[in-house]
Amino acid sequence: MSIGLAHLNCLELVELVTAYLEGELSSGERKRFEAHLSACDGCTTYVEQMRRTIELTGTLRMDDVSREAEEALRDAFRDWKGR
Amino acid sequence: MQQLLSQQDAKLVERLRAGDEEAFMELIRGLNPSLLRVARMFVPTAALAEDVVQETWLAVLKGIDRFEGRSSLKTWIFRILTNTAKTRGERERRSVPFSALDTEEGGFEPAVERSRFTGTGHWAVLPRAWPEDRLLAKETLSVVERAIERLPLSQQQVITLRDVEGWTADEVRNALALSETNQRVLLHRGRAKVRRALEQYLSEEQ
Repeated sequence: MSIGLAHLNCLELVELVTAYLEGELSSGERKRFEAHLSACDGCTTYVEQMRRTIELTGTLRMDDVSREAEEALRDAFRDWKGR
Repeated sequence: MQQLLSQQDAKLVERLRAGDEEAFMELIRGLNPSLLRVARMFVPTAALAEDVVQETWLAVLKGIDRFEGRSSLKTWIFRILTNTAKTRGERERRSVPFSALDTEEGGFEPAVERSRFTGTGHWAVLPRAWPEDRLLAKETLSVVERAIERLPLSQQQVITLRDVEGWTADEVRNALALSETNQRVLLHRGRAKVRRALEQYLSEEQ
């Protein structure tokens, strides 16, 4: 994970974004990451896009349980309870 | 048990053991979509995935008295699911082998095409801010959905559990038997590809 952080460039930064968002960078690495961000519009936009990507993924609809499946499981539970 | 389990889990287990039907239905409504999604990754059809999930719930009922609370309830149920799904997948002989997880590790996949950078690793073509008004459109969401469907299986599993279902990194690592690094790498690659799909779509003229 420690790719030449002393000379962190954009190409390297984009590969560290997940570790950064996961809070897995050491404090030194994080400082260099954020120092680069504060001086680089391209990377700032990139990190913002990653955040939006994660947010959007989180809004994908989850399917509800079908009524048939729910009823079948309710029956199964009653059988189990009467065991 | 109460020491390791969350209070919520402990209470739920207690209610299940006492034969509380509503507790069971609550659990099903909460977890079933995740279980279905993941089961679907092991077996060739949606119908089989439903069978696997159904079988999982029966196994949960059968095993709840012996559940020791060494993992969270969710993790335990999920483990039953993956075991059931793997067995069923092998029987069907058409499932994607779980070892696909390992074979995708090799080779470096850059998050962003190399051609976007200069020789010294700086942006040659800056990413452009996305138009806010298009981000939440239904079409944009389906771009995300399709991008996830096209991911290699292991990336799909990790991004689905982490970003769609909201699981923690540890929960995903335990459920899929991944190292910390692998979990992060798979998430990183998956997210990067979804971002690329979005960038591509949002840069097209509307």
